[in-house]
Amino acid sequence: MSMATATAQPVERVNYLNKEYGVASWLLTTDHKRIALLYLLSITLFFFIGGFFALLIRLELLTPAGDLVQADTYNKLFTMHGMVMVFFFLIPSIPAVLGNFLVPMMIGAKDLAFPRINLLSWYLYIIGGVMMLHCMLTGGVDTGWTFYTPFSTAFTNTKIVEAGLAIFVVGFSSILTGLNFVVTIHRMRAPGMTWSRLPLFIWAHYATSIIQILGTPVIAITVVLVAVERTLHLGIFDPKLGGDPLLFQHLFWFYSHPAVYIMILPSMGIVSEIIACFARKRIFGYSFVALSSIAIAVFGFLVWAHHMFVAGISVYAALVFSLLSYGVAVPSAVKVFNWTATLYKGSIRYDAPMLYAFGFLGLFTMGGLTGLFLAALGIDVHVTDTYFVVAHFHYIMVGGALMGYLGGMHFWWPKISGKLYPEGWARLAALIVFIGFNLTFFPQFILGYVGMPRRYYQYPQEFQVLNVLSTAGATVLGVGYLLPMIYFLWSMRYGKPAPDNPWNAAGLEWKTASPPTTFNFEEEPVVTWEAYNYDEIDGAHKQEVPVVG
Amino acid sequence: MSDSQATAVQGEAHNPALLHHFVTEEQQRDASSLGMWIFLATEVMFFGGLFCAYLIYRGWYFGDFGAASKSIDALLGGTNTAVLICSSLTVVLAIWGAQTARRGLMIGSLILTMLFGLAFLGIKGKEYKDKFDEHHVPGVSFSFEHVPIPGHPDQYANPRHAEIFFALYFIMTGLHALHMVIGLGIFTWLLVMAWKGRFTPQYHTPLEVGGLYWHFVDIVWIYLFPLLYLIDRHP
Repeated sequence: MSMATATAQPVERVNYLNKEYGVASWLLTTDHKRIALLYLLSITLFFFIGGFFALLIRLELLTPAGDLVQADTYNKLFTMHGMVMVFFFLIPSIPAVLGNFLVPMMIGAKDLAFPRINLLSWYLYIIGGVMMLHCMLTGGVDTGWTFYTPFSTAFTNTKIVEAGLAIFVVGFSSILTGLNFVVTIHRMRAPGMTWSRLPLFIWAHYATSIIQILGTPVIAITVVLVAVERTLHLGIFDPKLGGDPLLFQHLFWFYSHPAVYIMILPSMGIVSEIIACFARKRIFGYSFVALSSIAIAVFGFLVWAHHMFVAGISVYAALVFSLLSYGVAVPSAVKVFNWTATLYKGSIRYDAPMLYAFGFLGLFTMGGLTGLFLAALGIDVHVTDTYFVVAHFHYIMVGGALMGYLGGMHFWWPKISGKLYPEGWARLAALIVFIGFNLTFFPQFILGYVGMPRRYYQYPQEFQVLNVLSTAGATVLGVGYLLPMIYFLWSMRYGKPAPDNPWNAAGLEWKTASPPTTFNFEEEPVVTWEAYNYDEIDGAHKQEVPVVG
Repeated sequence: MSDSQATAVQGEAHNPALLHHFVTEEQQRDASSLGMWIFLATEVMFFGGLFCAYLIYRGWYFGDFGAASKSIDALLGGTNTAVLICSSLTVVLAIWGAQTARRGLMIGSLILTMLFGLAFLGIKGKEYKDKFDEHHVPGVSFSFEHVPIPGHPDQYANPRHAEIFFALYFIMTGLHALHMVIGLGIFTWLLVMAWKGRFTPQYHTPLEVGGLYWHFVDIVWIYLFPLLYLIDRHP
């Protein structure tokens, strides 16, 4: 633009990024792609806030003595880390950024069904986020992100009501995103885009949206009850006044367990896209992978009480919930086996997105299998509220959900920004993230198993070696997260222009320009092919594989 | 500019209410209506948490809930039920008016609906006032001493447990009333649109979608009424 030699260059195509400039064109946009970028900026901010709390936690745990912060401060640190990461990063991360950007394009639509509601959901997120920031800066909350009653309603004197209302508001943003996706997937598909031709990313988001729609209202009413009980001193959950604290836990986990699937399902969708593309094969058992997403969403609603095995629920209830929790493992395993089968005899390329997908496969499997340990009643009693649990859910939420998110960001970055990221740096970052992650969280499995409880700021001397390893790993992991942010920003200015389809991938989103125009497609696409038709794309120059057996 | 380009492709008589990203009016109507149905599903779950809490405590504190329920004026509640059922009828009449291009019927029914809604809130306010005067509002001045349990004249209800009933009563009816207020806001907007002549037999999706919401709020009341007012009424 400012270059004097610009005359020699072809005129830059009009796209969603350069169509208009100015603050209003962003803050009042109804373009799903621009809203995706607004979300990207906001959740990245909250990711680093949540990461800052994690850093302080790990620094405190470097030594056995409580020397960096006081116990009260430590309680606030892990509480705010959890609240920010769960409600303001993980839950909106993939749906609100990549889902927002890709769902309409993948099904051949111009936009989501309700573009203004989409913008409204971002504003709700921001309002909730500002409330949470204000809450943090004026004292925070110290109950743990689960804000169990009656501690949260009758004892603690931290900012429960404000944090609860922030979660209430941001919950509505999540509901509206899910509502928009379901209607869009039902009503906005291009001609020929049948349900059996949908990319698995779409199936995953459909399942996620169902959870957002049916689960989030329950946490909304729960925080309303907590806020009312706390302000008016009622006894809905307070046993001293005749209330039932277990009822709170039931209502809370009715949402918060399925919420884990809000985080992991979209990530699974991304992994399906990446593995098919970089193995150059149609995904093995497409319909099984698609329907296993729905199965996970349904089963996910039936297992919540496995968080309450030691809370005093009946033995029979615990038995049933233990069995059902095993049931969730089945559709999850179906996915892992199908991805592995897809790799079999594939022409595998090890580009950065694929490295993240491989990372996801290993780490999610670890997280899932340790989840089965925790679903077993006997072992759960032994490791409840220890670092084993912390390690387990970080393997799912960070090793699973976040690896998928990063893989997706790399895979679709050329489409989002119109620029190529530096591949060498990206592979290095993927490796650093994988090593840093395992170094951080694997020692925590051992710590938990030998008895270190979670949420304590001091610990006995013999736990120090593993804690030092974990803190060292967290530092490496931090570097791994900073790197992509740096080179993504760098590539926006200095990166090579991306072709429309740099990966030679299937999928309608790759048939648009990079970056796409405001309405995505020049003319409404008509779909005549199956999803992941890599055989046809790679076509003629592929050798016939001799049939074995 | 590109908005008009995108829609101009559609050619034939173009409805200004058809948004750019929809291909046909039918698609837009289906999307709006599906969107409202899904929203109502979230509302079912929202109230569902409260109904779940109610059922648990009703089981635990059976007699106390009966005694507390008996102190609410069922006549006022019954009147409100009738008012809401009538308002659902007028909503349907408004949509019918739009479908058959009878402007007077449509606008009149919308105004009647809103009047019914206001009447409901007025009666609700009277009920709240009575509860306030009787010190039945949970909190520091709550009092429910020496109220016999129905069927057990020798036993008094536990005031702490009755207080849970009243807490649920105020939260459930309060959230329901809040939905009514939002409904009145929506219907004000619908009335303005109807007055400006935006609704035709071909296009009246907002009326249908707003009507769905209104009916849902009515249905919530249909469940609240017996659970809160009628659980211990014997002839």
